[in-house]
Amino acid sequence: MQSPLLQLIIVQFKTFIREPEVIFWSLLFPILMAWGLGMAFNKENESVISIVQVKNDQYPDSAFRSFMVGAKEIKNINSPNEKALEQDVTIQGLGTNHYKIIDGTWEQAYVLLKRGVVNLVIEETAEGLQYHFDPKSGEAKASYLQFSGILKGKQEELSHTLIKPLSQKGTRYIDFLVPGLIAMGLMMSTMWGISYSLIEKRSKKLLRRLVATPMNKSSFMISQFAARFVLCTIEALVLYIFARYFFDMTIEGNISAMIALFCAGFFAFCGIALLLASRTSNTFVGNGIINLVVMPMMLLSGIYFSYHNFPDAIIPYIQALPLTMIADGIRSVFLEGAGWTELFKPILILSTIGFVTFISGLKVFKWY
Amino acid sequence: MYPIVKVSNVIKHFKDVKAVDGINLEMQQGEFLALLGPNGAGKTTLVEMIEGIQHPDSGEILIDGKHWKGHAHELHHIIGLSLQETHFLEKITVKETLKLFASFYGLPKKRVDEILEMVNLREKHKAFVDKLSGGQKQRLALGIAMLNNAKLLLLDEPTTGLDPTARREMWNILMHLREEHKISLILTTHYMEEAQYLCERIVILDKGKILAQGTLNEILEANNSYEIIDLSFNETVENINFLNKSSFVKATWDDKTQKARLLVTDIVTELPKLLELVQSNGLSLQTLECHKMTLDDLFIEMTGRRLDQ
Repeated sequence: MQSPLLQLIIVQFKTFIREPEVIFWSLLFPILMAWGLGMAFNKENESVISIVQVKNDQYPDSAFRSFMVGAKEIKNINSPNEKALEQDVTIQGLGTNHYKIIDGTWEQAYVLLKRGVVNLVIEETAEGLQYHFDPKSGEAKASYLQFSGILKGKQEELSHTLIKPLSQKGTRYIDFLVPGLIAMGLMMSTMWGISYSLIEKRSKKLLRRLVATPMNKSSFMISQFAARFVLCTIEALVLYIFARYFFDMTIEGNISAMIALFCAGFFAFCGIALLLASRTSNTFVGNGIINLVVMPMMLLSGIYFSYHNFPDAIIPYIQALPLTMIADGIRSVFLEGAGWTELFKPILILSTIGFVTFISGLKVFKWY
Repeated sequence: MYPIVKVSNVIKHFKDVKAVDGINLEMQQGEFLALLGPNGAGKTTLVEMIEGIQHPDSGEILIDGKHWKGHAHELHHIIGLSLQETHFLEKITVKETLKLFASFYGLPKKRVDEILEMVNLREKHKAFVDKLSGGQKQRLALGIAMLNNAKLLLLDEPTTGLDPTARREMWNILMHLREEHKISLILTTHYMEEAQYLCERIVILDKGKILAQGTLNEILEANNSYEIIDLSFNETVENINFLNKSSFVKATWDDKTQKARLLVTDIVTELPKLLELVQSNGLSLQTLECHKMTLDDLFIEMTGRRLDQ
């Protein structure tokens, strides 16, 4: 007969692979997310700028009118009965901008502004063409600058400026995203996987039944972690392999240091998960507790967008979050060529977090 | 030889409820004992204290002469148990579940096959636990309890919620166990027939205390067991005072069922008197049932409540 530890690991692992949902959420979903977001921010440098024009035939603006010559009629998706006009402008190095011009009254313009369909309204007046937009919105400002520049004939000028697009590996959004997704996958899989399954086993009285046998309690915990570790590693590898072949991502830094960081991060989340699951036998309460810990990290740790947009005062706190440490660490190995020197500190801190939470979680753990 | 279980003056509180209130119990090796009582009688708490899952506030429990403290590992090896409602892992098969538990006891593979045979789950050995019926799940739990050839088996309500066929199948397995193996069993139940059928000794619990114990006959005799006549009338009856005047032990009237119940010392001598009384009061009988007192009847007599409530 096999050893109890091995049996426990096998059984735990079988419970994963026999739930098709697990395969979807832990393996396919992160890939879909990386693919979707990677594509969305990585497509050809084309952009659509939607503008409402409030026409006034008394004061036609010649620059605007001549710009519109030869514009093609397109479907107006906001009001299927009406048409909109589209004029494409290509600037060398900047790509193609599709200017979508919707005819309308001020009333209609307001509706479209409120809905966020357009961020710029132009009006022909006696004083010439007027631009209406919210100067606090960076996007609206950019639309204004580009469009007014084109009408003023700056198009030529722009084309001759030296524009050097950044397409070097490591500076694309996908490069920023994938390490974050690997870190987040590690957190989600560990925290939900371990906490929830422990709480569920307690609520179903399985823990109680297990400890009424000569089973070694630490074997049981180790089996939970070990099975989860295998799953987490597969998840991370699958995501990396996808990014490697689909987006041509490579690891610039020290792989062994990154593996150590990954393990330390896993250990930290295991400890936290064990501590969170140590008392309650109510899965709803468990749900809340896990969310309470996971959500702030998900929002703050700079998975999708850099946390450097947060106020400077809170950045040190964000950087102290386990998820931030892992995401930043993996990112620095992927993109900046970091190694043991840079990762030593986060590895040490994460291991300590893991150790402390694991020991205290085990101390207060309720088996019955 | 030590008694297999010795419970002395055990008390256990939950907040302000006394779940077990000073229980003394001694059980010899090879005995089959039923803890009979309604929900909340303290059966599970008592059994879980014997199993080492809960600890008494005061009093002492010895299993095979040993305390749980300091002997947990040893005692786990001589005890087999099934809890009230355990959910095993859903996507794990019957055989895998047994193999897992067998590994904790260091048992050979052969034992798993033996158990599958004993609890009639051979055909289901590849089925996931969540695909089993209630009876099959309980048989799996029983199989796990029996894995390590325990000296002492503790089964907490093994047949609650099962249909009569499934219950009968469980009984057959346990009867077989009783005949073939030298094993001691504590079984909790609120089914009188189950206690009566499987166990030579019955302990009736209510509100954390032992109300009565012994064999079925001992309990009934010790509690001045009477015989019972249930009757109803064709006519509307105002009161049954006339029944109290005779040599009957006790007459009660149930308004809901419109039935009278008489406790008598001997049906054979008392029945003619009853018929005479009914006639002389100008009444006629619609139904008449006579039977010996059962444990259910006795429990109602003692507590005013039914066992299965």
